[in-house]
Amino acid sequence: MASVDRELRDKIPTFEKAGTQAAEVGNWSSAASTLSILKGGRDATLIAITAIIVFGGAELLLRLLEVPTYIAPTPSQVVWALIADFPHIGPHIGYTLIELVTGFAIGASIGFVLAAVITQFPLVEKIVAPYILLLVTTPMLALVPLLILKFGFGFTPRIIAVALASGPMVMINAATGFRRTDLAKIALARSFGASTLQIFLKIRIPMAMPMVIVGLMIGSIFGLLTAVGAEMVGGSFGLGNRLTYYSSLIQMPQFFACILVLAIIGISIYVFFFWVGKKWASWES
Amino acid sequence: MSQNGQPKLAVANASKFYDTGTGKVHALDDFSMEVQEGELACLLGPSGCGKSTLLWAMAGLHGLSAGEIRLDGRPVTRPNPQIAMVFQEANLLPWRNLIKNIELPFEIRGQRPDQARIDALLAEVGLAGFESKMPRELSGGMQQRASIVRALSVDPSLLLMDEPFGALDAFTRDEMNLLIQQIWMETKKTVVFITHNIAEAVFLADRVFVMSARPGRLARIFEIDLPRPRGLEVLMAPHFIELVGEIKGSIDHKPQVQAA
Repeated sequence: MASVDRELRDKIPTFEKAGTQAAEVGNWSSAASTLSILKGGRDATLIAITAIIVFGGAELLLRLLEVPTYIAPTPSQVVWALIADFPHIGPHIGYTLIELVTGFAIGASIGFVLAAVITQFPLVEKIVAPYILLLVTTPMLALVPLLILKFGFGFTPRIIAVALASGPMVMINAATGFRRTDLAKIALARSFGASTLQIFLKIRIPMAMPMVIVGLMIGSIFGLLTAVGAEMVGGSFGLGNRLTYYSSLIQMPQFFACILVLAIIGISIYVFFFWVGKKWASWES
Repeated sequence: MSQNGQPKLAVANASKFYDTGTGKVHALDDFSMEVQEGELACLLGPSGCGKSTLLWAMAGLHGLSAGEIRLDGRPVTRPNPQIAMVFQEANLLPWRNLIKNIELPFEIRGQRPDQARIDALLAEVGLAGFESKMPRELSGGMQQRASIVRALSVDPSLLLMDEPFGALDAFTRDEMNLLIQQIWMETKKTVVFITHNIAEAVFLADRVFVMSARPGRLARIFEIDLPRPRGLEVLMAPHFIELVGEIKGSIDHKPQVQAA
């Protein structure tokens, strides 16, 4: 049987690089410019000095104006609360991370596989696209009360909410990546006898990688937002739950300590995927 | 001619239509040609005359609407290990370094890379020491040299080259043409080389097959009897210029009549 590839049959040979630029949600050069600032000693000292001025200034201002702690705690009070109350806050960090990692792993895997499969069938993609868009644009947080009714106050509703929030984000970006078809590169692999599976593994996936990583980054941040939101809606554990708990007790230093932890988690996700992108997608920038 | 008198590559009455959104495009019309073992044949024609269509069909990358292509007497209907292709603009995979790009065909075939052969080829084209460089770190000429090494690394008996130097500057192009001649004289592989540059075709070819504008038909065949090895000084030789002029005339003739 003639194993002429579906992509190549009845196509005029062309070498136009269709959609090789990532004009979509994120691109590496912008992310690179944000992080590469951290390079170089002189820049680092400047950044450190600015940080000291900002946080030191806030500390000084709050103390001089004698702003009550229940309105705005000073940075030192927040850091101190985080250290002193870490035995209370620590486990909740773990709960939130469990929800985030589990939900994201489920959502991202499904999103990635769906994107890879659906983009191979343009008609299926057209049919499915509106529903994916619906999932992307509707805040999945809105489903949490319903999920709690069905699954109770444990991890399950939160993990489902995280998966529902992150999966479509991964999918929509990964699909953009998989939709790039560089006919010449597929022909190259085919000319050496590559099977459809080999073309997928050696050409299509590497080519989609930059957009997949952008999707993973955005998806995981959305997952974090949804996890915290879901914790605020119901249940008795997790950082979101602590936020409502400490604010109800007007324990503002602890409240801000939780926000500080969430900011650190968010930035860690960003730095992690930036590093992944540099390693696996740097060929594009 | 090979010993049994059979051509290395035979294209017989090849026609190809493309179905596009706006209707049928007639890319290739009843095209026939024969290439002998060890011959360097150039296919010359204006842009869009079906040269690439024909070459992709020779590589078994897509089928024909009519006619057939035979390699060593056997029909080519799918990619064949005996055939390797050099693409326009090098076509290296940007996420792989140079050596990983060259090892791609071995990876696809599940074979161990022929390290000795790859090293020798890299040295010959002047890329030894650049193995770990990424494609974007290499000049256009170096990228195309790498893609030639990739094609030759699997020791094909037929090398198809699809306007490989079209995107290079004139100086690099001359250099690459000398390199192709050198490699071809050493390996005696059968080469089909596509170009729309008349001087390039005359410089390289044993025979130049001139194609008409779309739908591609074989217009004329020119035997190039310039002695080898040909140096760059041949570009100034009266006989070379005469051949280029003759070929140019055979291509330009029709549009001029239509315009008048």
